[in-house]
Amino acid sequence: MFADYSMSELGAIFAMQGFAGLILFSVFVLMALGLAIIFGQMGVINMAHGEFMILGAYVTYIVSNIFAAYMPALFSMYFFVAMILAFIASGALGLFVEWAMIRHLYKRPLDTLLATWGLSLILQQLYRSIFGAREVGVSIPDWMMGSLPLTDMIEVPINGIFVMILAVTISVGVWIMMYRSNWGKQVRAINQNRVMADAVGINTAWTDRLTFGIGCGVAGVAGSAFTMIGSTGPTAGQLYIVDTFLVVVFGGAGSLLGTIASAFSISQAQSIMEFFLSGSMAKVLTLLTVVGILMIRPQGLFTLKLRK
Amino acid sequence: MSDENSIPKSNGVSRRAVLAGGTALTASLFMPKSLKASDFSTAAVNTTGLAVTDDTVTIGILHSVTGTMAISETGSVQAEKLAIEQINAQGGILGRKIEYIQEDGASDWPTFAEKARKLLVNDKVASVMGCWTSASRKAVLPVFEQHNGFLYYPTFYEGLEQSPNVIYTGQEATQQIIAGLDWVNKTKGAKSFYLLGSDYIWPRTSNKIARKHIENFMEGCEVVGEEYYPLGHTQFNSVINKIRLRKPDVIYAIVVGGSNVAFYKQLKAAGIDMTKEAPLLLTISVTEDEIRGIGGENIEGAYACMKYFQSLDNPNNIDFVKEFKKMWGDDMVIGDVTQAAYLGPWLWKAAVEAAGSFDVDKVRAASPGIELTSAPEGYVKVHENHHLWSKTRVGRAQADGQYEVVFETAELVEPDPFPEGYQ
Amino acid sequence: MKSAFLSRSELISFAILALVIFIVLPMALDSFRLNLFGKYLTYAFVAVGLVLCWGAGGILSLGQGVFFGLGGYCMAMFLKLEASTPENTSIQSTPGIPDFMDWNQLTELPLWWQPLHSLAFSLFAVVAVPVFFAFIIGVAMFKRRVGGVYFAIITQAFAAILTILIIGQQGYTGGVNGITDLRTLLGWDIRTDEAKEVLYFVNGALLFVVLFIAQFVRKSKLGRLLIAMRDQEDRVRFSGYDVASFKIFIFCLGAAFAGIGGAMFTLQVGFMSPTLVGIVPSIEMVIFCAVGGRLSILGAVYGALLVNWAKTSLSESFPELWLLGLGGLFIAVVMLFPNGLAGIWTEQIEPRLKALFAPSSKTKATSQSTPAE
Repeated sequence: MFADYSMSELGAIFAMQGFAGLILFSVFVLMALGLAIIFGQMGVINMAHGEFMILGAYVTYIVSNIFAAYMPALFSMYFFVAMILAFIASGALGLFVEWAMIRHLYKRPLDTLLATWGLSLILQQLYRSIFGAREVGVSIPDWMMGSLPLTDMIEVPINGIFVMILAVTISVGVWIMMYRSNWGKQVRAINQNRVMADAVGINTAWTDRLTFGIGCGVAGVAGSAFTMIGSTGPTAGQLYIVDTFLVVVFGGAGSLLGTIASAFSISQAQSIMEFFLSGSMAKVLTLLTVVGILMIRPQGLFTLKLRK
Repeated sequence: MSDENSIPKSNGVSRRAVLAGGTALTASLFMPKSLKASDFSTAAVNTTGLAVTDDTVTIGILHSVTGTMAISETGSVQAEKLAIEQINAQGGILGRKIEYIQEDGASDWPTFAEKARKLLVNDKVASVMGCWTSASRKAVLPVFEQHNGFLYYPTFYEGLEQSPNVIYTGQEATQQIIAGLDWVNKTKGAKSFYLLGSDYIWPRTSNKIARKHIENFMEGCEVVGEEYYPLGHTQFNSVINKIRLRKPDVIYAIVVGGSNVAFYKQLKAAGIDMTKEAPLLLTISVTEDEIRGIGGENIEGAYACMKYFQSLDNPNNIDFVKEFKKMWGDDMVIGDVTQAAYLGPWLWKAAVEAAGSFDVDKVRAASPGIELTSAPEGYVKVHENHHLWSKTRVGRAQADGQYEVVFETAELVEPDPFPEGYQ
Repeated sequence: MKSAFLSRSELISFAILALVIFIVLPMALDSFRLNLFGKYLTYAFVAVGLVLCWGAGGILSLGQGVFFGLGGYCMAMFLKLEASTPENTSIQSTPGIPDFMDWNQLTELPLWWQPLHSLAFSLFAVVAVPVFFAFIIGVAMFKRRVGGVYFAIITQAFAAILTILIIGQQGYTGGVNGITDLRTLLGWDIRTDEAKEVLYFVNGALLFVVLFIAQFVRKSKLGRLLIAMRDQEDRVRFSGYDVASFKIFIFCLGAAFAGIGGAMFTLQVGFMSPTLVGIVPSIEMVIFCAVGGRLSILGAVYGALLVNWAKTSLSESFPELWLLGLGGLFIAVVMLFPNGLAGIWTEQIEPRLKALFAPSSKTKATSQSTPAE
C-alpha cells in the first residue's frame, strides 16, 4: 500500500500517526485517571463515571455561554475557568454521592456497580430534562481549534497538544497528591489495611469521601476537555465506559503507573491497527488482545503487593 | 440518470384513489377545509374497529425520547405534533380531531416492536407516525404487516424495502446519493472519492450505491478508500491521516450520532479546512439538527446532499419554520428528517380524505398519487412504491449552522428502492 | 443440613409461582399483555442462572447478554433460513438466502450457516454454543483465579466485543438490524395470537424445568460447595476441592439457561438483534436478579417480571421520566433491600406469617445469609 509514496511523505504520515496515537493515549489517561483513583484505591466500581464526565462537559457548555453573553472579550480564555468549575461541580456531586450512597456499600463492591448504574440512569434523565435530548454544541475558542504546521506535510492539531498537556498536568498532580501529600499517604494506608489505618487515627470516612470526590472531579475535568474532540449529550458518557474500565483493569488496579502504561499500550495498538485495518476490526482486535492478555495475566500489567 | 425524471402530469388523484374514494373524494377536492363529521358516519368511515369516534381519531407517535437515539428523534416528534395541531386547527380529518398516543421506543428495537403492537392491538390507532433508525423499522415491520397497521416513516434510509404498510416520507438511498455525486463531479470536477461511514446498514448500503455509481456511471472517477467505524466511535485521527495519504478530491462521509461531532471537530483541528474544499467534504448524514451538536464553525464549508434544508426559500417553508419556532422555541433548528416527519400527518390526512375512510386498506389504496403542494420542501407526490417523489438538493454549511442551497435537481427524483445495477 | 429436594415451604412457593404463571397471568391478561409477560419470563432464565453464579457462587458476570444473544441468534438463524425459501425471496438477486445476505452481495449461504437448516441441530446449538463460549471463558479465567470485579469487567468487554462483531459483520449476522421477519417454525406460524399463547406455556414449562435443575444443584453437594467457595474460597481449595472446575460448571450452566431464554425470546418476539447482546441488557439482567433477590431462584423470576413490568408501565405513563423511577428502584433495592424481593419475603413477611399462623413451629435458619465479599 505504500509503493506510490515518497519517503518524506511516508515519514510525515508515520509521524502524524504516531501523534494520533499520543492523542488517543492522552484521552485514555484522562478518562481513566479518575476511575483509577476510585476503583484502584477504593475498590468501588463507578458505572456513573461517564456521567460525571458529561457533567463536566455541560458545565463547560454553561460557562461558554455565560462568557459569550457577558464577557465576550475574555471568551478565548473561558476554557480554563470552565475546567476548574467542572472539577468543582463533578467533585461536589461525587462528595454527595459518596455520602448518600457509596459509604454504605464499601463491604459490597459488586453492589456499588448496581447502585451507580442506577445513578447513571438518573443522571442521564436529569441531563435530558435540563438540557434537552439533543446534543449541545460547545463553542471552543478559535485558537484551540486550529493546527500547527510543523513542516509542509506534518500538521499537529492544537487541541491534541492541549489534551496532552492536560493529561500530563493532571497525572503529575494526581501523582503528587497520592505519593507526596498527607492525604495520599492516608489513602494508600487505608487501601493496604483499613482497620490499622483507622486504629492509628486516620479519619477513614473523610479520606474515602475526599478520594471519591477527587476521582469524580478529575472525571469532570476530562469531560470538560472532551468537548473539544467529542459530543456533549445526555448519553455521551456511555461511550467511554468500556474503554475506561479496560484501561484501568489492564493496568492493574491500585497502580497509577500501571494505568498510564496500559493507556499507552492500548492506544498505540489501536492507533496502529486502525491505520492498517478498517476501524471496526481494529476495535475488536484491540479489545480481544487486551482481554487475551488479561486472561494470561489477570492481575494486570502492574500490581501492588497487598496483604489481604 | 435522475435528470430524466419527469413528473407525470395528473390532477393529483390517481385512478385507484378515484375508485376507492367515491363521493368523499369530491368533497376533499372542493371543500378541503370544511368537512363535517356528521357527513361521514363513524360506522361508514371505520369498518375495521379502529379508534375512531364521532369527533376524534387516534393515531400513535412512536419514537425514542430516551436513550441514544433521542438526540435525533426529538425533532421528528416535534414536527409530527405541530402537523397534528395544525390539522386540528383546520377542522381535523373528515371532521374529526386527531388525538395521539405517544410511546417511547427507548432506542431499543424490541421495545419498538412491543410498543408498536400495543398501539395497534390495544389502542387500535388508525395510523402511526414513527421510527427513525432502520433497525427500529425492521423490528416493527412484521407487527405492522400482521396487524395491518399503517406507518409513516420519516428518515432517509438505505432502500431495499417496500412494505404495503409503510409510507416512506424520507428519501431512499439512490434519490439522495446519485444527484449529489453527479453534482460534485460536474461542478467541482471531483474525480477521487474516500468513502467513510459508521458501521451499520445505512452507511454501508449507501456507500455501496455510491461506489457503484462512481465506478460504473461516472467517467474517470475512482474510490480511493472505504472505511467504517463502530457506532459511537470518538477517535478519528487515524482515518484523517489515511485521508491525507490518499489525497481524495472528496471525502464522502456518512458518520452518524455522537461520532459525527467527534469526526468534524477532529477534522477541523487536524487542519483540514473544509472551506478550501481540498478535499471537499460531502455528507448525507448531517442535517441542521446535527450541526447544533457539531458547532457551525466546525463544519463550515462542508456540503450536504438531501431533500430539505431549513433555509429553503419558498412560502411554504417560511410558514413552516415560523410555526415550528412558535411552537417549540426560537432556538430550534429543522433538519431534513424533521421536515419529512412533518409530512407524515399531512400525507395521511390527504390519503384518508381521498379514500373517504380511515380503513387501512382503503387509505393504502388511495395513497399512491397523493400529492402535497403545501410541503415545506415544495411539491411532493407519493409513488406507487410508497416512497415520495422529491427534489434533491445540495447545501453548503455556514458558520451559523444553516445550509446555503447551492444546487437543486430540476425535476423530482423518482424513488427507486430496488435500484437495478446497484445491487 | 440434609434436606429433601423441596422443603414444605419451598414446595408451596413453587406451587404459587406455577399458579401465577400458568393460571393467574393467562386468565388476567389479554393476548398482547400475555405475550409481553412471556418476553419478561425469557429474562427470568438468565436471572435464575445469575442466582446460581452470583448469589450462590459469587461470580458476577456482566456478560450474560452474550449467552442470551448466542442462544437467541441460533434460534433466529434457523427460523430465518426457514423463512427464506426461494419462493419468499424471489425478488432477490440470489433467492433462497436470507434477505440481509443478499443486500450485502453474498451469493451463497456461508458454510457455518448450513447446519442451522436442521431444527435438531439448532436446538442443540441453542444450548451448546453458549456453553462452549462460557467454557472457554471459564477455563481461561477461573483456572487463573480471576474473580470478583475483574471477572465482571472482562465479561463486560466480551459483551462489547460480540456486539461490535455482530454489527460489523452484517453480511453474516444481519448487523445492527438483527435477524428480523421470522415467520414460521416447521411451517407453524409463530406470529398468530394462538401461537404466542402456546409459546407462552412452552416458555413457562421450560422455565420450571430450569428452576428444578437450579433447585437440584443448590440442594446438591455442589450447591453447598459453591456457597462455601463464595464465602471462603481458599478454605475450600485447601480442603482438596478443585474450585475452578466447580466455577466453570456453574458458569456454563448459567450460560445454558441464558441460551434457552434467548431462544424463547426469539420465538416470542419474532426477531433477534445486537441490542440484546450488549452491555446495557447484560447489566439489566443482573438487576432483575438483584431486585428479585440474588439468593433466591424464585425471587429472580419475580424480579424479572417486576422490573420489566415496571419498565413497560412506567414508560407508557411517563415516557419522559421513567428512567428516574427505574434508576431510583435500582438504588433503593441495593441500599435498602440487598436481598431483594426474596429478602423482604423471608426477613419481613414470612416470620410474621409464621408467628400469625403457627406460633409453635421453629423458625428455620437458612444456610444462606447475606453474601460476604
